[in-house]
Amino acid sequence: MDEPVTTAEPGHAKAEQASRIFEASRSFGITPEQYMLPAQQQIQMLDPEGTLIPSDQQGTGPGHEYPIPEPEVLLKAYTALVAGRRINDQNYALVRQGRLAVYPSSHGQEACQVGAALCLDAGDWLFPTYRDTVSVISRGVDPLEVMVSFRGDWHCGYNPKEHRVGSMSTPLTTQLLHAVGVAHAAKLRGEDTVVLAMCGDGATSEGDFHEALNFAAVFEVPVVFFVQNNGYAISVPLSSQSAAPSLAHKAIGYGMAGERVDGNDMVAVLATLRRAVHLARENSMPLLLEAVTYRMQAHTNADDETRYRDREEVEQWKRKDPLLRMQRYLTSEGILDDAVAAEITEAAEQVASSLRQAMTAEPAENPLEIFDHVYAEPTAQLVAQRAQLSDELQRTGPTQGEK
Amino acid sequence: MSTTTATKTTTTFASALNTAMSDAMEADNSVVVFGEDVGTLGGVFRITDGLTKRFGTSRCFDTPLAESGIAGTAVGMAINGMRPIIEMQFDAFAYPALEQIFSHVAKMANRTRGRVRLPMVIRIPYGGGVGGVEHHCDSSEAYYAHTAGLKVFTPATVADAYLMLREAIDTEDPVVFFEPKKLYWSKAAEDLSTLREIYESRAEDSRKIGAQGQAAVVREGQDVSIISYGPSVETALKAAEAAAEDGISAEVLDMRSIVPFDEDALVRTVEKTGRAVVVAEAQGFVSVASEITARIQERCFHSLASPVLRVTGFDIPYPSPKLEEHHLPDVDRILDALDELQWED
Repeated sequence: MDEPVTTAEPGHAKAEQASRIFEASRSFGITPEQYMLPAQQQIQMLDPEGTLIPSDQQGTGPGHEYPIPEPEVLLKAYTALVAGRRINDQNYALVRQGRLAVYPSSHGQEACQVGAALCLDAGDWLFPTYRDTVSVISRGVDPLEVMVSFRGDWHCGYNPKEHRVGSMSTPLTTQLLHAVGVAHAAKLRGEDTVVLAMCGDGATSEGDFHEALNFAAVFEVPVVFFVQNNGYAISVPLSSQSAAPSLAHKAIGYGMAGERVDGNDMVAVLATLRRAVHLARENSMPLLLEAVTYRMQAHTNADDETRYRDREEVEQWKRKDPLLRMQRYLTSEGILDDAVAAEITEAAEQVASSLRQAMTAEPAENPLEIFDHVYAEPTAQLVAQRAQLSDELQRTGPTQGEK
Repeated sequence: MSTTTATKTTTTFASALNTAMSDAMEADNSVVVFGEDVGTLGGVFRITDGLTKRFGTSRCFDTPLAESGIAGTAVGMAINGMRPIIEMQFDAFAYPALEQIFSHVAKMANRTRGRVRLPMVIRIPYGGGVGGVEHHCDSSEAYYAHTAGLKVFTPATVADAYLMLREAIDTEDPVVFFEPKKLYWSKAAEDLSTLREIYESRAEDSRKIGAQGQAAVVREGQDVSIISYGPSVETALKAAEAAAEDGISAEVLDMRSIVPFDEDALVRTVEKTGRAVVVAEAQGFVSVASEITARIQERCFHSLASPVLRVTGFDIPYPSPKLEEHHLPDVDRILDALDELQWED
């Protein structure tokens, strides 16, 4: 085994993080470089037909081993997948009917969405992007609370502290640093909280992506950076975004381990994420996981995907649909039968139905609330402005729900 | 704020800030300090001197050299129960952190309907007058004051350096704390233990929201109000002293806090004197001085005997060290403004 490279120059002391990597790699019997670099190929367990790939062809190897999750976990994941797909398609329809202001759909990426939620413990934290509605719902947040922002009622409708889910917002990769801070606070208090931070392929170009990975590695905090590489940042393909061999290769530059996984393979996504969360917690160190997936629908309703990709490409990805693959696999393994599948479909239908009803009802807005949370104690100017709006509202007639 | 007695020792602005942090860290384990060079070195201005030695590297620590990273990490730590105090090494070095500060620090409480508040302090050494090179002397307070959701404090005295920083740490809202770097080594006959007693005698609620928003009359006068804050208060006081020799009695108001903004104190002094000159180092165009002037016009129009004038930095990028004296408001420029206040009418 290669000896780790050390620098003895004064002022160039070897970072302690590196020694953790050395320890981890030694325990796997491989070099630190072999540990930090992703495996030769992306980790894949199900082929596009939903057949289990022989273990020696899954891309795994020493230090890159990913046990298949237990059947009950896989069934739970399938349940969330079905619900997630239904939620995506229901919301897409609600946008077309004008009931939602906007909805960035994760149709096609549901395996990543579900995996990100299911790999965490209750005490862990999840930091999603604006496209990760299904993750947030899979984590247990009330779908109606999540949709508050997309209906245009308020910016964030759920309590981030209740489910330990960061607020969804649109600046790219800023939430990765929040994840580092949450993990660091927990570490200072001696808690073993793991934080999973999500972003997309385009977002890896942002400065905060770099700063977050670097801070996490230097601070030795258990953050799993989970990149959903869906091929496009709105219209710009990954090839215009990065010249790296893969996004997972960026990890070694920070002194952390990186891995690539087939993002449309629910089994592999869950297996790699669970292992990453476990390693992060055990060793108090960050990891980077890149899931290769595809956004089947336009960026949002305001986007015209035909301007930047052809139908054939989309059709090719349709054949790798995460839901069908998982369904075929679970059925062939005897984990899923028709009766259970029907129950799962029915449950998803009920979620969709409640979304339809709620998003069709008129919300009870209180316009004066726009002043109420800016400061813990409102400034004199905001008190005066609130009174002004209140007066305007009284003169123009009552507004529904106004206090 | 300050009362002088014979027994008082001399305290620097820098040690008042340092003691405010160490007292807060002593009182509350969730208070942590981090930034560039704040640990072993004690900060390039030594404001965090000794904190790592006393509280350990988990409470006061150096970060990688990345301001957005510092601010964004502080957001996460505040979400998870800590009260971070972060240091931006210089005013202009904070600009990489502006996205985190504008889009998250300022908006998190509003975005989450008050469920996630960020009790954090962003300390920024600011302003000129110290012979600093480009990017080391900006007066950037207007950017932050313009952003709803941030509080913006700037002490001008040693006593306020201690008391206002303690209040900034206590408040549930994020505070951008502007430290006039030319005042760091200024001294006053203040005793730190007395300042600590003043702080501790205040009720907990008022520590969080009380005096921080209130301007202070730092010199009484009858004829004109000179309104200022931060590094310019000292200049305003010197101008008032010089004006007295010319028979003009000038009142000097130190705003202390830009957000919250003490409009009532502004109205009181201008209604009393009928004339006003606003003094600030920052460029005058679209500035805090503009806002002060506009508020006086809105609220005190009928009390005014002359137009409200501003004495500010010119609308230029901060000049190089040998030229900064031409840019900064000084006593003569303030006296010239006083002369223009239509005294004959």
